Amino acid sequence: MQNHFPLWKNLLVLIVFLIGLIYSLPNLYGDDPSVQVSSTRSSALSQEQSNQIESAIKTAGIAVKAFEFNKDHVLARFTNTDDQLKVADLLRDKMGSDYTVALNLAPTTPGWLRAIGANAMYLGLDLRGGVHFLLEVDMDAAVKQAEERYIDDIRLLLRNEKIRYQSVAKDDGYIKVTLKSADDKPALLTLLDKDFRGLEVTEPEAQDQAWLKLSALEEKDIRKNAVAQNITTLRNRVNELGVAEPVIQQQGDNRIVVQLPGVQDTTRAKEILGTTATLEYRLVDVEHDVQKAVEGHVPVSSHLYYEKNGNPILLDRRIIVTGDQIVDASSGMDQDGRAAVFISLDGVGATKMGKVTQANIGKPMAVVFIEYKVETKAINGEKVRHKEKVEKVISVATIQGAFSKRFQTTGLDSPQEARNLSLLLRAGALAAPVDIVEERTVGPSLGQENISKGINSNVYGFIAITLFMIAYYRLFGVFSVIALGINVLLLVAVLSLLQATLTLPGMAGIALTVGMAIDANVLINERIREELRIGMTPGAAIYAGYERAFATIVDSNITALIAGIALFMLGSGSIRGFALVLCIGILTSMFSAVMVSRALVNFAYGSQRKLDKLAI
Amino acid sequence: MEFFKIKQDIPFMRYGRITTTISLVTFILAILALGFKGLNLGLDFTGGIQIEVGYNQPANLEAVRKVLEDQKIPDFSVQNFGSVKEILIRVPMKAETNDAKLSDVVLAKLKEQDAGVVLRSVEFVGPQVGQELFESGGLALLLVIAGIMIYLAIRFEWRFALAAIIANMHDIVIILGMFAFFQWEFTLSVLAGVLAILGYSVNESVVVFDRIRENFHKMRKASVPEMIDNAITTTMSRTVITHFMTQLMVLAMFFFGGEALHNFALALTIGIVFGIYSSVLVASPIVLWLGVSRKDLMSVKKESAEIDNMP
Repeated sequence: MQNHFPLWKNLLVLIVFLIGLIYSLPNLYGDDPSVQVSSTRSSALSQEQSNQIESAIKTAGIAVKAFEFNKDHVLARFTNTDDQLKVADLLRDKMGSDYTVALNLAPTTPGWLRAIGANAMYLGLDLRGGVHFLLEVDMDAAVKQAEERYIDDIRLLLRNEKIRYQSVAKDDGYIKVTLKSADDKPALLTLLDKDFRGLEVTEPEAQDQAWLKLSALEEKDIRKNAVAQNITTLRNRVNELGVAEPVIQQQGDNRIVVQLPGVQDTTRAKEILGTTATLEYRLVDVEHDVQKAVEGHVPVSSHLYYEKNGNPILLDRRIIVTGDQIVDASSGMDQDGRAAVFISLDGVGATKMGKVTQANIGKPMAVVFIEYKVETKAINGEKVRHKEKVEKVISVATIQGAFSKRFQTTGLDSPQEARNLSLLLRAGALAAPVDIVEERTVGPSLGQENISKGINSNVYGFIAITLFMIAYYRLFGVFSVIALGINVLLLVAVLSLLQATLTLPGMAGIALTVGMAIDANVLINERIREELRIGMTPGAAIYAGYERAFATIVDSNITALIAGIALFMLGSGSIRGFALVLCIGILTSMFSAVMVSRALVNFAYGSQRKLDKLAI
Repeated sequence: MEFFKIKQDIPFMRYGRITTTISLVTFILAILALGFKGLNLGLDFTGGIQIEVGYNQPANLEAVRKVLEDQKIPDFSVQNFGSVKEILIRVPMKAETNDAKLSDVVLAKLKEQDAGVVLRSVEFVGPQVGQELFESGGLALLLVIAGIMIYLAIRFEWRFALAAIIANMHDIVIILGMFAFFQWEFTLSVLAGVLAILGYSVNESVVVFDRIRENFHKMRKASVPEMIDNAITTTMSRTVITHFMTQLMVLAMFFFGGEALHNFALALTIGIVFGIYSSVLVASPIVLWLGVSRKDLMSVKKESAEIDNMP
């Protein structure tokens, strides 16, 4: 009985088929356009709030397909995207900044499938619409900022330790400390060794100097932290934007990938992700003459700024509080209907703010808005991009009474600006400026089109292959096509199990895998015909056909696998998706072409005692 | 149904000179096209901005051009894409256009002009990223070539590995040459197609080589060219049918896959057509000329040979 599978092989084929069927099933269920409301605070949503949301939607006269309440979020499903968008707008106005209202595509997979971990493949941005950003963290700026912090710290330390110094400044790649007297140098070196281990000390010929440089280890740390902190900040900002299922990942040493499915307002997304805006509160210097400062005589204790209308203003060098100390911010209108940001400070900031305002009642205080802007300028005919720190005083107000923890700031141009600023203050500042070095946005209509294009290519191609295979190889063609179908099923099941992201190139990969996988069956069928031609009995021909073709199938698939792996290793984004599909498709096709089709052939012919003719 | 009922082996090796000449000529033409015209590299590799928008009615290209001119955007191009209602705006990478915000400005202006405009897609690739994608693409190509050569050298013999790679490099050069000659856009997905087809075409050579090896055992009295002829003839049916099937799938992508898969399918088509030719009619003559003999392959399959010799 050479064409007989042992029971375990038949069972294996059957079990693999069933598992494949179950795990590819979720992909048949579609998605519901839905709106997800979650709390931005630590407190969860209550049942009562959930009911409020539900009734708000009902009163607006929009039909809800389903309404789900979970501990951390409320999900309302709709039948179409128009309803979804209407409800999202409605809820955004109603819920305010304490809640995130996000558009989402909620899978309709039944509970029993989800319970066994069967989920649909995740659709890539080119299929569901959305934005992909690749951000590059400006490492030089991060290092420069760190050096500036060191300079400030060293000055402060020297002052505290009563070591008199001439200057501490960046020069020629070093932080150069010049002391008033060379006698203090040993003390300086001891201090540096104790408190500034991240700096390497070089001793120049001048006896009153010490040259400092960031150690390689410290610089590496700074770079690593800059990226890590930026990722945290970006994640906060994206959460504030209200995006369901965002992806924020590090790529390489200094890049961050941000993927926002379903986001349509890319302008705002870009503004929010890329801005390094923060606030500073300073007292206004009323003792010195502003005009003299404009002429170039800026007092040491002050700094010259300009107001929005262009008027110069002198502010105290010392900062009362910075954006880092802001724990919460929300936007709204003040009593006079001006756009305002309502701010809450942390403990340290509140104490300081309380002390300063207490001592300075009746004096003016200014709010400085700081932003890094990228500009392109022509220098010597060459276009150079450079980052500029833009500082402007957005409001000056007289301190009416002492305040500490909670207060408001006005002077912003529009409610939109107030909203963005409050969002940025909540999410925290970026540790280092970022640049968008790659953007790929796909609109929702194109996404839908891409899905149908991908599916059409697969379906029509498969039909054409089916027709030809059955016409050419008759019953063996039917076996081959069934094996091929199971191959697609297994491929989809494995991709779903891996929760891989399906992209348009990925769908092309499925089509190509099908086109290539048929090779194995063609090899086998041709071999069987050949064995029949040289006079083998049908049974022996089937046996020999499968056995002899196997080595060739393995060889030829391995070369394709090598190409797939190389693509996966070196490809980016969507190409990786294609490569993954290709690799997995090759593996599943080896199983289906050899095991599945053989099981079918055995089932049809294996039990016949006298086999005269094969339908091939 | 059966298309290939060939009674006698076709003496392919006798035509070696002709097939090699044809290959050489197409190869040189491809190199010339690459040298003189160069590849029309897509946005992925050059960097730049590409904006696709759709209108409710046939798009007014002139009006869109006017908007871009007003924005002082250099060297842009505006063309229909897919249908008359959709347009594609391309802006090459320049220092003043190296800004992800530019697309927002353009879109806002287009919206002012016609509120019905719908954003279909935006792609912005910085120059650095483009350069890196290009480099990693080249690296992937080298890795595939090295990987396949090593595998074939282990599985068969170095002459086979060399012959298969020469044959398939010849395919790749011809694909690239055609893309250069017709100035079709060479994108990241086309590169992926080229690499996939490289792995796939090598299959052809592998199947023939497998047969040649088998023949070395079976056809003890035949000469090497005869054995190769027999290997090619017996596998020809499978070669043609397989490629035809793959091509059916590729055609489905070409016709139904839309603009995004268009050039990808094109690259695959050229690869499949030339893959049949080169892996059979280029690889095998090279194996012959590299002087493969029975002994070379027997040493690889020493064990079975010893068993055969046992009394």
